[in-house]
Amino acid sequence: MCGIVGLYLKNPKLKRNLGKMFKPMLIEMTNRGPDSAGVAIYRNPTKKSETKFSLAHNDASYDWKKIDVGLEKALKCDCTVKQIGNHCILVTTGKEAAVVKWLKQNHPEVRVVGSGHTIEIFKETGLPANVYDKFDLDNAQGTHIIGHTRMATESAVTTAGSHPFATGADLCLVHNGSLSNHNRLRETLRKEGMEFQTENDTEVAAAYMTHKLRTGSTLKEALESGLKDLDGFFTFLVGTAEGFAVVRDPIACKHAVMAETDDWVAMATEYRAIAHLPGADEAKIWEPEPAKIYTWGHA
Amino acid sequence: MNELDQSTVGVRGINSTLQTLPANTNEKHWVVKNPKGQHNIAVGLSAPLQVEINGHVGFYCGGMNQHSEITIHGHAGVGTAENMMSGLVWVKGNSSESAGATGNGGLLVIDGDASSRCGISMKGIDIVVGGSVGHMSAFMGQRGNLVVCGDAGDALGDSIYEARLYVKGKVASLGADCIEKEMRAEHLADLERLLKAAGRKEKPTDFKRYGSARKLYNFSVDHADAY
Repeated sequence: MCGIVGLYLKNPKLKRNLGKMFKPMLIEMTNRGPDSAGVAIYRNPTKKSETKFSLAHNDASYDWKKIDVGLEKALKCDCTVKQIGNHCILVTTGKEAAVVKWLKQNHPEVRVVGSGHTIEIFKETGLPANVYDKFDLDNAQGTHIIGHTRMATESAVTTAGSHPFATGADLCLVHNGSLSNHNRLRETLRKEGMEFQTENDTEVAAAYMTHKLRTGSTLKEALESGLKDLDGFFTFLVGTAEGFAVVRDPIACKHAVMAETDDWVAMATEYRAIAHLPGADEAKIWEPEPAKIYTWGHA
Repeated sequence: MNELDQSTVGVRGINSTLQTLPANTNEKHWVVKNPKGQHNIAVGLSAPLQVEINGHVGFYCGGMNQHSEITIHGHAGVGTAENMMSGLVWVKGNSSESAGATGNGGLLVIDGDASSRCGISMKGIDIVVGGSVGHMSAFMGQRGNLVVCGDAGDALGDSIYEARLYVKGKVASLGADCIEKEMRAEHLADLERLLKAAGRKEKPTDFKRYGSARKLYNFSVDHADAY
């Protein structure tokens, strides 16, 4: 099972309502994925000289201030931290690789769940409605958002095993389906220097994409080679700084439907998630074709 | 005319009302409001009703239908009219995958595009698609007609039995044991009847017919090693 949903706003006037518009979409997919939920939201772009990290810790009362102070001292950079639930949004002038290295050496219990200039990733176990409230997403504003409700099949129900998975700067992936060659692919990617936090199949797909993008592929090329190298069932929704991309496996095993009006583009596992959006009754609705890459907003 | 509002009575309210009407009911015309993409709307009907659904529906709408005429004014989700026995299901928009799956009879009309696996394992249903169909359509089709006014995706009619396929546009590829076949007078007459029933303007002579080469499902002594 699992449910995936994405919303991209074409009409800038709707930006302030992004969180409110998206909430019923995610919650409608609860019975496809009651184990955990997550979203990636694109908002509050940083300056070019800054990087924004989404960090997570198992303890919601974790003192993020010590990350702030520690990083500023060690890397001689500026930092701001904002705690949201058991996650923290860190904006820093420190170099991305150096920040990741410092966190790993000094605070290995802190997980980096995403990074870039606009992306913020929040994910947690529990019912989607609870997760949404925990991260105050109701009031979220922005251009686009993607989400996932998880019914775990391939690995344990943990926060780290929840989606979205980051695949590079401002990029992330949510997945409906299951991959059958993820164990072997994980070993291959480990040899290439990729690191893994879980036994999850989607994390392997995310690492695969990250590796392809790092070695010079465009997003489209990475997705095209993914169609060849990833074996199994999948509908992927990929969030980018500009929009999102949708791709289904060549057999199209997993459901997907798309809808578009003058105001928005939406993607969901089932149309009933989209039915909540204003103007959905009049939207153009169709099913994405297998093995074809769809992109919106210069994704 | 009677009205059922999904947002107040729910899918069960709709189905329990429609399923319990006797065959000789005088309350024949029903309108379903606010379907909101919910699944299983108007399934298992057995009285000769006219059901209008105003909006987009979820999965399996009109499934197992007998005698009813169901019109969906919007998009239809996965498995629309699956296992239909008789009657009519008419989709005014596009349809998701597996439309008309395993249908035994009746007519399914999709004005827009149908997705993959349209008419999979069809057993006597007639399906007319105004637009195109996706890959693996009429897979293992046993009986009935699939008419496609647009194009057909890959592996059309894979492992087909005796279903008849008519396509006006391009066929991306034919599946195993599916071949183009001669269009005879009886086929043209059949096609004319189906196009008319679906309100289509296409000419039967513009279509090509596809069906089984009958090499896969018959025992052949030459293939004995393969069994």
